[in-house]
Amino acid sequence: MTHDSAKDEAMATIELTADNFQAQVLENEKPVMVDFWAEWCGPCRMIAPVIDEIARERGEQIVVGKLDVDAHGAIAQRYNVQGIPFVALFEHGELARHAVGAMPKAQLEQALGLS
Amino acid sequence: MADEPRNVIVVGGGPAGLTAAIYAARANLEPLVIEGFAAGGQLMTTTDVENYPGFPDGVQGPELMQMFRAQATRFGAEVLTVDATKLDLSRRPFTVWTGEGEHTARAIILSTGASAKWLGIESETRLRGFGVSSCATCDGFFFKDKEMVVVGGGDTAMEEALFLTRMASKVTVVHRRDEFRASQIMAQRVLDNPAIDVRWNAVVDEVLGERAVEGVQVRDVRTDELEVIPAAAMFVAIGHTPNTDLLTGQVALDEAGYVLTDGTRTNVEGVFACGDVQDTVYRQAITAAGSGCEAAIDAERWLEEVAHEATAAAAAV
Repeated sequence: MTHDSAKDEAMATIELTADNFQAQVLENEKPVMVDFWAEWCGPCRMIAPVIDEIARERGEQIVVGKLDVDAHGAIAQRYNVQGIPFVALFEHGELARHAVGAMPKAQLEQALGLS
Repeated sequence: MADEPRNVIVVGGGPAGLTAAIYAARANLEPLVIEGFAAGGQLMTTTDVENYPGFPDGVQGPELMQMFRAQATRFGAEVLTVDATKLDLSRRPFTVWTGEGEHTARAIILSTGASAKWLGIESETRLRGFGVSSCATCDGFFFKDKEMVVVGGGDTAMEEALFLTRMASKVTVVHRRDEFRASQIMAQRVLDNPAIDVRWNAVVDEVLGERAVEGVQVRDVRTDELEVIPAAAMFVAIGHTPNTDLLTGQVALDEAGYVLTDGTRTNVEGVFACGDVQDTVYRQAITAAGSGCEAAIDAERWLEEVAHEATAAAAAV
């Protein structure tokens, strides 16, 4: 499997913070998939490659970002995130769908209405 | 199209599968490991592993699995982080499909492990991610200084309860029997901990709350009396169920879904199983690793026998 590295670069996931969440997620014209995660969360590590793969495959249609709940707890709290990994799909600034827990790619895509 | 058949494909990348891969790789069998999205297995969600020999000060579960994996790849095992989606064990070479293609092999080692079980009640499903969790190390963080409930009586439940005392104002362990089946040392730590209460002989009747957990309603199994334990979170640690959905109809399973084995041999010649997917008794990282080693050695010997028979048959012609 080979990837065009320049393309990979463009499709990379965005690191979300309290500073850029408004602009990158809430005001984005495209749907945004946000992976709420933390360093100490094993299942978050499990699902990380799935998130990256979705970012590679669907980078044209959706924006993919990761938010560290440890560093930006207020944002997680705003969306009532109480279990991670919590993957949310934002559309026009609203949390449209979400999935909790590590799961295979097909299941995640289905939960978020991507398939 | 599938490539040339491999010698061995290992399906599952926890301690059993990765140990099988280390041994198979060192036997020059060039194994392919399809580790799946749950790569690393259950140890990925544990923190301190205190009973794995060789680590007197303990080791972090994910770190241990990283070391297993590095050791397997060092000797030439190829690891794919994709899910096996289908298997055909009815003819040789055997075929394993992933989302990205198909792979064939002369021998298969099954090490798909087990997953945490849920209680299976409606309120539990509805509140998953909103106070109901199976991973204390992941989600305890969200309930600092609140009361929490842990359901279960095994080592995992003890570990979760002890871990949660770091952040909870109080932890209640709900267990359906009047004694724990956890190891003595873990059970004693829980019983000795002033921050942990135990509600014996009780099962969860309902998780209370609309958008977040507000309490856990338990039923006494002897008197049928209901009681509400106030809690902001409930952690479920009631055991595991084998990951054998893919294997139904392919190899013989027992009633609970575990792969039936004789040693590591399944009822299909050339297909071996190791680790939690076939272990109804021990289910430890070290026993999983041990059986992974056995599976690789069994597979290697079986491949030699088959090759020898083929040569002898050819010579006889």
